[in-house]
Amino acid sequence: MKAKITITLKNGVLDPQGKAIEGALSGLGFSGAGDVRQGKIIELKLDETDEAAARAKVEDMCRRLLANPVMENYSIELTA
Amino acid sequence: MKTSVIVFPASNCDRDAVVALEQATGKTPDMVWHGDAELPATDLIVLPGGFSYGDYLRSGAMAARSPIMRAVVEKAKGGTPVVGICNGFQILTEAGLLPGALMRNAGLDFVCHSVTLMVENNQSIFSSAFEKGQAVNFPVAHHDGNFFADSETLDRLESEGRVVFRYVDNPNGSARDIAGIINDAGNVLGLMPHPERVISPLLGGVDGAAFFKGLVEAVG
Repeated sequence: MKAKITITLKNGVLDPQGKAIEGALSGLGFSGAGDVRQGKIIELKLDETDEAAARAKVEDMCRRLLANPVMENYSIELTA
Repeated sequence: MKTSVIVFPASNCDRDAVVALEQATGKTPDMVWHGDAELPATDLIVLPGGFSYGDYLRSGAMAARSPIMRAVVEKAKGGTPVVGICNGFQILTEAGLLPGALMRNAGLDFVCHSVTLMVENNQSIFSSAFEKGQAVNFPVAHHDGNFFADSETLDRLESEGRVVFRYVDNPNGSARDIAGIINDAGNVLGLMPHPERVISPLLGGVDGAAFFKGLVEAVG
């Protein structure tokens, strides 16, 4: 299976990079764009064919390495 | 007294830490490679500053999962004093030895200058050389030094006297101006500023020499 993990900063956590991007967008003349938040996407392939097992494995990866639960949320998308 | 400095790929303050420890103990510390699984006999461990693993994923994230860190965590839980400076602080939070996280500086700038810190608690082994409320000057040099934790954690750190150093003029947006904290057992310190860079008048200051001397005396 393939997994796509989206990692974002938790609500309320200051995102200075998002703010800078917002400022740059406004500088380019894009009006009406706000609340810019920057995150990251991690893609990986798994040998697992069972979706529940794959999800459990990726959850474990997120908790132990891919995301920092102090400041980040994550969501997992699995495809065959 | 035996000391160890852990060396990760792209540590860049490891040799400074060695010189500072040498000056304070009179003995050359062991430099321990991140890929080693075991530590030599040691009474004090320093995780130095730098950009371990190129700050991949998050600052300190990869280093915190390196083989040597399993040994460091075990020693720390057994009571061995551990100091994490700058990237070392980031590694300690990522390894779960200290609460919170170090995020991108609020102003986005890499900050690189001397800062004045207030010694908030001089009852720790890391600060007994100083008076409570004393101002000390250490340099900072970091991009990710913005200490973050939820308010409950921050309240606990404050009420338990675990904020050891606080910025007088906050350079990075850190919650409650926090520059350095200890764990609940009091044997692990993480701080963003660099005491190892001010150990001689030739380097522009000696507050760091007092820091290491005090620590070595407190550890015995």
